[in-house]
Amino acid sequence: MEYPDDLRYSREHEWVRLDGDAGVIGISDFAQDQLGDIVYVALPAVGSEVKFMEKCGEIESVKAVSDLYSPVSGEVLARNDSLIEQPELVNSAPYGDGWLLQVRLIDPSELERLLGTQEYKDLTARAEE
Amino acid sequence: MDNERMNDEQHTNIGATLTFDLSRPGRVGCSLPECDVPEAEIPPAELLRDDLRLPELSQPDVVRYFLALSRLNYSVDTGFYPLGSCTMKHNPKVHEDLARRPGFADIHPLQPPETVQGALAVMHNLQRCLAEITGMDAATLAPAAGAQGELTGILIIKAYLADAGQSHRRKILVPDSAHGTNPATAAMAGFEVVTVASDKDGDTDMQALQVALDDDVAAMMLTLPNTLGIFDRDILTIAEMLHAKGALLYGDGANLNAIVGRARFGDLGFDVVHLNLHKTFSTPHGGGGPGAGPVCVKAPLATYLPTPVIEQTDGGYRTLRPPHSIGKLQAFHGNFGVLLRAYAYLRSLGADGFREVSANAVLNANYVRERLRGAYQLPYGRCAMHEVIASASKQRAKGVRAWDVAKRLIDYGFHPPTVYFPLIVEEAMLIEPTETESKEALDAFCEALLAIAREVEETPEVVKSAPHDTPVGRLDEATAARRPVLRWQPRND
Repeated sequence: MEYPDDLRYSREHEWVRLDGDAGVIGISDFAQDQLGDIVYVALPAVGSEVKFMEKCGEIESVKAVSDLYSPVSGEVLARNDSLIEQPELVNSAPYGDGWLLQVRLIDPSELERLLGTQEYKDLTARAEE
Repeated sequence: MDNERMNDEQHTNIGATLTFDLSRPGRVGCSLPECDVPEAEIPPAELLRDDLRLPELSQPDVVRYFLALSRLNYSVDTGFYPLGSCTMKHNPKVHEDLARRPGFADIHPLQPPETVQGALAVMHNLQRCLAEITGMDAATLAPAAGAQGELTGILIIKAYLADAGQSHRRKILVPDSAHGTNPATAAMAGFEVVTVASDKDGDTDMQALQVALDDDVAAMMLTLPNTLGIFDRDILTIAEMLHAKGALLYGDGANLNAIVGRARFGDLGFDVVHLNLHKTFSTPHGGGGPGAGPVCVKAPLATYLPTPVIEQTDGGYRTLRPPHSIGKLQAFHGNFGVLLRAYAYLRSLGADGFREVSANAVLNANYVRERLRGAYQLPYGRCAMHEVIASASKQRAKGVRAWDVAKRLIDYGFHPPTVYFPLIVEEAMLIEPTETESKEALDAFCEALLAIAREVEETPEVVKSAPHDTPVGRLDEATAARRPVLRWQPRND
C-alpha cells in the first residue's frame, strides 16, 4: 500500500497535492483497494465550486457507490475526463493517471485541517483492525 | 462436492448458448395456414428493413432451450436463500389456491363496488390488521413495493407539515445503517438528506443525532431492527427527541419479521411505517415482483393517505379518497393478488403464530451466528435479531474477500447472502435465514461456510476462482460495468 509523502489526506480517503495555488485531488491507494474495481466516476464540471469536505461527486465500484468529498474549497480548473473511458486508472494509478480534479484553492489553510502521511497511515491501520 | 445431480455437459452448454447458436437456415417452428384474404401491396422496398435476422428453430428446439434455461433458476422453492435485508421465506402454497379462486382472479377493478364486496372486504380487513400489527390508526395498501411505500410515507409527512405551516423543514435524517432506499426516497421527495452515524454497538449515535437535529428537520427515517440486525435500544428516546423538536419519525418496516407480534411501531413512537408484504407476510418475490408496500400512519396523518382507501359503511364496503390525500400512486387498488396472499397468511397464523415467526426468525439468525463464530469475524458483540453480519475481513490475509466466499457458496449449492452491505461493515456478509428453515438446512449452510473458511486457509486459490460447478465460471463484473454490451449483434462470420 502506497502513502506518498507529498500529499495531505482526508479522513474520507481523498488526497490533495499542492501545485502553486492549485491542488490536484484523488483517492488513496487504501481507498481504491477497499472499493475494488472502479467502474464509474461522476465529477463536477470545470468552473463549478467545490467546498471543503462537502460532497463533490460519486465513485462507483463493483461493490458499492460512494460519495466523493472535496478535501479543499475552490473552483474546479480541470477534471480527469479520461476516467470516463478508463475508470480503472483509479485502481492502477490512484496517485498518478487516476487523479480526479484540479482545484484552485480559496483557502490554503484548509490543508492544515487534513491529515499528514503518518496520521493517515495510522487511520487506515486502525480501520484494518 | 455434491454435483453429480447436475448434468455438467448440459449445463455447460446451455449457460452460454443463445437461440441464434441453435439456428439452422429454413428451420421453422410453426406452419401458417393458406392465406384466405386478398393480398395487400407490400410497401416500397426503401421503406422496408433490409434484413431482420431471427433465429430459425423448430418448436422442440425452442421448448427444450427455454426449459433447460429455466432449470438453472435458483429460488426459495429449490434451496436455502439467506439474502440479508430481504426476507426470503417460504410462501405457503395454499395462498396460490386462494388467489386463483374465480371470485378473486376473474374480477376487474372497474366493476361496480357492489359486485366485488368480497375483494373489498379482504382489503378493508387487511388495512385494519396491518394497522393493528404496527400499532397505527390507518393504512393504505396502494404502494406497489417497499420503495414506493417509503415515498408515500415521506410525501404524506411533507403534505402534513406544509398544512401545519412547517414547509421550512427541509431535512430528513437517515442513519448510516439505513437501507439505501431511505436516502433515495428523501431526496426524491425533495428533502436534503443528513446522515447520522451509528455508534460502535450499532445503535444510533445519540450525540450525532443531537447535533443533526435542528428546527429544519422534517423527519428521521429509521429501520428497525436496522440493517445490522440490531434493535436500536434508544428508540424511545429518539422518538421523544424528534417529537420535542416538532419532527416526525418514519419507520422502515422491511425488517418487521424480527419483531412482528412483539413490538409495535406505533407504541415505540413512530408516526409512519411501511411494510413489505413480500417479506414479512410471505408473498412471492419472484422475478422482482410484484410486491406490496402498505403504509400505516397515526391518526393525524390519516387524511393524507393516497387514494383509494377502503371504508366500511352500513351498506357494505366502498373506496374512498381521503380529504387531504396525496393522490394516486398507481392504477386502481394496488397489487391485489399480493394483498390477498398476505391476508391469507395473516389469518392462518394469527397473533400467536406471528409471535412464533419472530421468535424462530431471531433464534435461527443467532444459531447461524454462533456456528460461524471463530471462522468468521462477527462485528458488533450483541445478539442479532433476524439477520446476522459476518465479515470476511479475517480471510483478507489470504487474499480472499467476501464475494469470493459468496461465489464459492454457489459451488456448495447455496444462494449467497448479501455481500458488501451494510456499507459500514468491511467485507460484510449479511445472512437472514428466516424462520422457515429447519435446523438441518441451517447446519448444511453453516457447514458449507465453515468448509470454505478451511479452504481459505489451505487452498485459497479454489475460493478466489470460484464458482467452478456453474454453467459459466466467474464473470468479469468490472468489464461488464465499465464497458457493457447492451445489445446482441450477430457475429460477422
